[in-house]
Amino acid sequence: MKDMNAAVALPCWHCGQPAPPETPWQATIDGLPRPMCCPGCAAAAQAIADAGLAGYYGSRTAFAAPPADDAAPAGALYDDRMTDGDGVFTVEGIRCAACVWLIERRIAALPGVAEVLLNVATERLRVRWDAAACRPSAILQALRAIGYTAYPYDAGRHGARLERARKVLFRRLFVAGLAMMQVMMYTVPVYMAGDAPDPEVMDADMRALMGWASLLLTLPAVTYSAWPFLRGAWMDLRRGLPGMDVPVTLGIVAACAGSVASLVRGSGPVYFDSITMFVFLLLGSRYLELNARRKAAGALERLQRAAPAGAQRLLAWPATREVEPVGAAALVPGDMVLVPPGQAAPADGVVAEGETEADLALLTGESRTRRMGAGDTMPGGAVNVANPVVLRVTSSARDSTLALLVRLVERAGQDKPRIALWADRAGAWFVAILLGLTLAVFGAWQAIDPAQAWPAAVAVLVVSCPCALSLATPAALAAATERLLRHGVLAVKPHVLETLQRATHVVFDKTGTLTRGRPALRRTTILGEAGADACLQVAAALEGGSAHPLAQALRAAAGAPAPAATHARYRVGEGVEGEVGGVLYRLGSTAFVAGVAGGPAPPDAADGSSAVWLGSRAGWLARFDLADDIRPEAQAVVQACRRRGKTVMLLSGDAEAAVRTTAASLGIADARGCQLPQDKLDAVRALQREGAVVAMVGDGINDAAVLSGADVSFAMGRGASLAQLHADCVLLGDGDAGLRPLAEAFDTADATLRVIRQNLAWAMAYNLAAIPLAACGLLGPWLSGVGMAASSALVVLNALRLRRD
Amino acid sequence: MEALYLLIPLSLILVAFALWIFFGASDSGQFDDLDGPALRVLQDDDR
Repeated sequence: MKDMNAAVALPCWHCGQPAPPETPWQATIDGLPRPMCCPGCAAAAQAIADAGLAGYYGSRTAFAAPPADDAAPAGALYDDRMTDGDGVFTVEGIRCAACVWLIERRIAALPGVAEVLLNVATERLRVRWDAAACRPSAILQALRAIGYTAYPYDAGRHGARLERARKVLFRRLFVAGLAMMQVMMYTVPVYMAGDAPDPEVMDADMRALMGWASLLLTLPAVTYSAWPFLRGAWMDLRRGLPGMDVPVTLGIVAACAGSVASLVRGSGPVYFDSITMFVFLLLGSRYLELNARRKAAGALERLQRAAPAGAQRLLAWPATREVEPVGAAALVPGDMVLVPPGQAAPADGVVAEGETEADLALLTGESRTRRMGAGDTMPGGAVNVANPVVLRVTSSARDSTLALLVRLVERAGQDKPRIALWADRAGAWFVAILLGLTLAVFGAWQAIDPAQAWPAAVAVLVVSCPCALSLATPAALAAATERLLRHGVLAVKPHVLETLQRATHVVFDKTGTLTRGRPALRRTTILGEAGADACLQVAAALEGGSAHPLAQALRAAAGAPAPAATHARYRVGEGVEGEVGGVLYRLGSTAFVAGVAGGPAPPDAADGSSAVWLGSRAGWLARFDLADDIRPEAQAVVQACRRRGKTVMLLSGDAEAAVRTTAASLGIADARGCQLPQDKLDAVRALQREGAVVAMVGDGINDAAVLSGADVSFAMGRGASLAQLHADCVLLGDGDAGLRPLAEAFDTADATLRVIRQNLAWAMAYNLAAIPLAACGLLGPWLSGVGMAASSALVVLNALRLRRD
Repeated sequence: MEALYLLIPLSLILVAFALWIFFGASDSGQFDDLDGPALRVLQDDDR
C-alpha cells in the first residue's frame, strides 16, 4: 500500500523531504555528515558549506526549496545579451530570512560583482558587476549551485505596468494619509471650541487660519490623490453611465465647494477632515487590491515560465529523430523542434511533418481546435492536442510566448465575479437614487429653511456610504485571492470563489490527481527462497539503465544504487534479461519469466496493479505489484469535501478495476472507470441538468474538455499545460501538498461569501438609518463624516479578516 | 495663542518638507521592498 521505506525515513537536511534510509547522498556540513534526499540537495548543501555559508542552516526558519531538476535556460545565452554589467534576475525558492542572507553573500563573493540587492517582495535580485571580470552565466550558475532557480528578469514579461501603477498608488495613498493626519490636527481644536463662536475659546481669525491651513493640505489630497476618481467620474459621465466614481467625486467636490464657501463667508461647516479621510480610505482599499493582483500575476508568470520554457530541438532531422532539450529562449528561426501532444508550441513555426489538431483558445479565444498539416503555421503558445509534429521555427520564442503570458496575466486581472458585478449594478442604482434624493432634500430645505439647504444636502452626500458596495466587495475578493495564493491556489478566473461555495458535487480525475501519476511499488510477494530486499536489489540492477516508469519505480523502491547487471538485454513488451552476480535472471511478464523459471505461473493479484515477475533458472523468485500510489493527502481532502456536504465522484479513463480499488480505499461510492473525455463531459453535463453545481479536479490533456465544461475547475500545477489553460484555478503545490490547497479553497470560498454578505447587510442597514437622519438635518456635518468613515473602515477591516488564516 | 499664527504656517512648511523627502525616497526605490529589511535585520554578517 505504501512505500516500504517511508516508515524509517529521515528528513533531508537541506529540503526537509524524507530521505531514504542509509541514503547514499550526504553532504558534510560543519564537519558532520548530513543525510540528503537526492543528489540535487546534496550538491546544493555541499556548495553552501564549501562557500563558508553553512551558517545558513543554523539561522533559517524554513527548509529550503528542493532544487529543480529540470534544466533551466542555458545561462551562456545571456552573456551576449546582458553586457552592460547591470542586470535583474528573478529568483525562485526564497523561503525565509536566511535565504536572503545566503543569496546575497554567495553572489557578493563572486569575483567581479560590485553590488547585490535582493528584493524580497518581488523575488528579484539586482546585481551590478564588472563586465570584464564576471558574466551573467556565472551568477546564474552560482545561484543554481546553492539550490535556487533563477533566470534573467524580462521587464516586458513581468507586470511592469502593474508595478508602476502600484508605485504611483502608494504615493497617492501616502499623500492622502499625511494630509488626513495633519488636517485632523487643525480640525480638532475647531471641534473642541464648538459651534458657537466664543472669542474666549477661539476667535474668528484663528478659526479662519485653521480652515485655510486645512484647505491648503486638502488640495493635494483632492487634486493629486483623488485624481483617479475625478478622472473616472469624468469618463463615466461622458459615456453616460454613472459608476461608483461619480458619487465619490460629487461628494468630494460638493464638500470641498461647501467648505470653501463657508471659509470665505467666515461661518458654516467645513468638511476638510472628512474629505481627506474619505480619499485615504478609498485609496487604501485600492492599494490592497492591487497588491493581491500583483502577487497573482507573479505566481502565474512563474507557472507559465515552467510550462513552455523548454523545447525539444531535433538534432539532424529528417536523418534522425534524436532530440536535445533546450530552453525555448535558445530557439532561433530555422530550428526544427518536436512538439509532443499536450505541449504548447515553444515558438511560432510552420508544420514540417505530421498532422494534428491545435488548441488556440488562449491565443484567439476560439474554442474549437484547428486541424494543422504540413505547411500550416502554428503560433507559439498553441497547444498540440493530437499527434506529435515537427515544427520549423519561424520566429524566436521570446516574441511569441510573450503574447501568451501577457494574455494569461491579463485574464487573471480582468472580469469581475457575478457578485461584484451585482454590487456594481446595485451601486449605480444607489448613486442615481442618492443624487435624486440629494436634490429633493435641497429643494425641500429651500422651502422650509434656506440656510439649512446646503449643509443638509452635503450631509446626505457625505453620510451615505457606497463603500460597502464599491470597495468592500473588491477588497474582500482581493484579500481572498491573496490568501488562496499563499496556500497554493491560483485563481485565474474571477467567479471561482462564489461558484465554489455553491458547488454540490466534486468530481475527481484519478491518475495524477488523486494519485501521484506514476507507479510505485505496492507489494513484493516472495515466491522463492530469496528475501524481499535481495529480490528488489536484483530487479533494480536489471532495470539499471531503463527510463520506463515501472523500472524507475523499482529503482526508487530499492533505494541505494544496486550492483550493475551484466549482459542485460531488453525484449520489447516482455522484459529484461541479465546476469547479476553471475546468475541469470529474467524480469518482466509472466510468459517471459516462465521461459527461464519453468513451472506453472503463480496467480496474479486482482486489484488492478501491474505485476512484474522475477525468476531465474532456479524457479520463480518474486512478484512485484506496482500501482499508481494514492496521494497521502487525498483521503483528508476527500473527507473535507464530504464534510461540507458535497458529493464526491471519481471519473477516470483508467481500467474499471484500478478505479474501484482507488475509490474503495478513499471511500468514494460513485466511481466510474473507462471514461473517455467525451464520457466525462457527458457525465458532468448530466449532473448539471439535474441542477448540480460541479467542481472538477483534473490534470491530464484528456481532462481539458471536462475542465472547461464544469462550473468551476482545478488543474494540478504539475499536470499538462493544456489542462491548466482550461481550468479556472491551478493548484500550485507539488509533492505531498498537491491536493491539500483544495480544502483550503473551499474554506476560503465560504469565508469570503460570508464576509461579503455581512458587508452588504451592514451597508444596507447603515444607509437606511443614516440617510434619512441626514436628510432631516439631524446629523451634524462632522457626524456625517465620522459615520461614513467609520462605516468604510468597518467594511474594509471586515474584508481584511480574510487575509488571516 | 498668538504663537499659533507662526506655528500653523510652520507646520504647513513641515508637511511640504515631509512630502518632498517622501517623494525623494520613493524615487530612489526605498519603498520597493517592504518585506526584505524585516528579514535582513535578523541576520548577523560576522559569521
